Amino acid sequence: MSEREVMEYDVIVVGGGPAGLACAMRLKQLNAEINVCVIEKAAEVGAHILSGAVIETAPLDKLLPDWRKQPPPICVPVKKDEFFLYGKKSARRLLTPPQLGNHGNVIVSLGAMCAWLGTHAENLGVDIFPGYAASDIAWNEDGSVKGVVIGDMGVDKSGEPKDTYVEGIEIHAPVTVLAEGCRGHLSKQLIRHFKLDSGSDPQTYGIGMKELWRLPEGRVTPGLVQHSIGWPLDKQTYGGSFVYHLDDNRVALGFVAGLDYQDPEFMPFEAFQQFKHHPRMRALLDGGEIISSGARAIIEGGFQSLPTTEMPGALLIGDAAGLLNVPKIKGTHQALSSGMLAAEHLHQQGESLSSKGFDQALRASPIVSELKKVRNIRPGFYKGLWFGLANAAWETVTAGLSPWTLRNHADHTVLKTNLSVQREWVERELPPKDRLASVYYAATEHDEDQPVHLQILEPDVCVTRCVEEYNNPCTRFCPANVYEMVEDQQGMRLQINAANCVHCKTCDIKDPYQIINWVTPEGGAGPNYQNL
Amino acid sequence: MKVLVFIKRVVDYNVRVKVRPDGSGVDTAGVKMSINPFDEIALEEALQMREAGKAEEVVVVSAGGNECQQQLRTGLAMGADRAIQIDTAGALQPLTAARAFLALVQQEQPGIVLMGKQAIDDDNNQTGQMLAALWGRPQATNAAEVVLNGDSARVTREVDAGLEVLDVDLPAVITTDLRLNTPRFVKLPDIMKAKKKPLDVVALDDLTGSSEADLQIDQWSPPAQRSKGIMVDDVAGLVTELKSRGLL
Repeated sequence: MSEREVMEYDVIVVGGGPAGLACAMRLKQLNAEINVCVIEKAAEVGAHILSGAVIETAPLDKLLPDWRKQPPPICVPVKKDEFFLYGKKSARRLLTPPQLGNHGNVIVSLGAMCAWLGTHAENLGVDIFPGYAASDIAWNEDGSVKGVVIGDMGVDKSGEPKDTYVEGIEIHAPVTVLAEGCRGHLSKQLIRHFKLDSGSDPQTYGIGMKELWRLPEGRVTPGLVQHSIGWPLDKQTYGGSFVYHLDDNRVALGFVAGLDYQDPEFMPFEAFQQFKHHPRMRALLDGGEIISSGARAIIEGGFQSLPTTEMPGALLIGDAAGLLNVPKIKGTHQALSSGMLAAEHLHQQGESLSSKGFDQALRASPIVSELKKVRNIRPGFYKGLWFGLANAAWETVTAGLSPWTLRNHADHTVLKTNLSVQREWVERELPPKDRLASVYYAATEHDEDQPVHLQILEPDVCVTRCVEEYNNPCTRFCPANVYEMVEDQQGMRLQINAANCVHCKTCDIKDPYQIINWVTPEGGAGPNYQNL
Repeated sequence: MKVLVFIKRVVDYNVRVKVRPDGSGVDTAGVKMSINPFDEIALEEALQMREAGKAEEVVVVSAGGNECQQQLRTGLAMGADRAIQIDTAGALQPLTAARAFLALVQQEQPGIVLMGKQAIDDDNNQTGQMLAALWGRPQATNAAEVVLNGDSARVTREVDAGLEVLDVDLPAVITTDLRLNTPRFVKLPDIMKAKKKPLDVVALDDLTGSSEADLQIDQWSPPAQRSKGIMVDDVAGLVTELKSRGLL
């Protein structure tokens, strides 16, 4: 292979989400001479971002003191919080947990907000490269991270170069900041390589699905924030819904399910669609129009699962590190704050930029103390909904001062065989009718003639052990119908519809044998989320 | 020889377009925008002409507000030598665009004008033809192959009946179809180089003398939703249903 072309920067940021953009912007604010670039695999900044999103605004005040004068495109102040326990047809209003009190917060589209932040970053002199995937790590001879390798473009299915082939370049920098979000594929490699998680619990995750709807006049109450627990989830499965009322007759709704669910037959996408058919939701949505949809894994391990966030030549911020606050169901403020903290930490070192000392700085900051305070709430739900709620109340009253720390377990280890959970699903009528229709609203696109970016490390397992033990749960947990078992002359085999992928990473997390490896497809491929 | 390529900023082909609730147009807020794919093919063809030594300069032009500079920068990163933005607030009708392009063509004196056969947003398929007529020069539309022979070009066109081969004298307007070529990927360092290439802005009024549109659009509306069908058990059932609706 020929020597790749190289570009040099002072700092490389991988991922144009809130953490990465805040880091790049802060670096430029502190020292305009620092050369910083942001690599983003989506065709445009924000196009792969999906979040609720009700956000705390303090970090924005710090990053852009005048932001309220020209707020992001969707920005609705929260007026009222409601919290419900759903039965199949019932809905009981509960006291809103204090963590879910949103006074002073705003509802945004995180995708639109990131596009807006991207413009600010470019004005500060940050070089943003959307449409390029950081596919590999570049290494120094001393074993430290040297930078990233951009994926080659124009490679065909079999790995051969097409007429349009362009070799990806390498980007080198003293420090690489990984801001890939939940289960970033480079972060995953680096955590493994440097054993950054040797002192922490396994990471845990959820899957979040979201749709944006436009409703008939008169139904939307701008600023109303509603959350629910209960139906359609069984008591052993953690999760719930959100419904955020925006402006312009739009409403953002979504559903989150913990990926520590035990029933291999469970299908998160179906649970979300069922939730939409609760009588209360139907009354809201009937006659409305779906605008866009998508899905993304959410990092839930919190304090116990936080890996070491620095390594030679690189550091982890935002959800790549795992800073989301689960009881608040918010990670954006943590992402922004950790990005700024990383920038400040790097700036303090003066001429010789280094990742050293960042982990300590992060752990000494309010970012991690916020996580420590709520550390026992999410794991409490391993024992079911009622225990989880009681435990959450205790942890809230005691402000996390319990002398114990509940442990986390890896999501892929908890599927049970021969578990038959009866689910009384109703017949659905609201769009999208199935996962393929949903992918259509995600506007996802991959050139079909490229290597499959979902690598199955041991394909035999799918048709031997997995089909026997779990009946191929990948065909159900994937919200985009990427995985299908098909039968042809050679017998049963797993078919991978990689072009449907919305880059949520659920398969990489939940597959019980850990034989699905998500790698970056050609840059620019993937969903094109609109205002999610 | 100089090649002038006209590109249009359009809603990306992957996006499901929605009409704004008030019917004032297509909702483009938060929507991915791209170079019209046919125009991208036109630009690729121009770059290949230059690489083959048959053209010296490729100039990429777009009409729109400052947001279309994003597409012009992409064109420069692909390899165009310089860019011109025709500054105008609203969308241009084909005739207005052709008039503005004509003024630019007269200034720049290109050997070939290339553009997509149509833009994927309004699908007019008119601007290239109108420009050729106003300019008084030959046109070859829907090009699937272009071969330059000195001061003429042999263009293979995709037409309903098959392929049609035309010889056109240059300068001429050639509009491009899907199968002409596959546009290149932009190399990352070229994005940085593109930032340093010249991008001139000219006001639409300065080119046409007036920015008045020839057409005015009153109302946009989405196509009617298809109503739900019914399942019939057999042919007899189908016949009965058709008869009951007076269709048989």
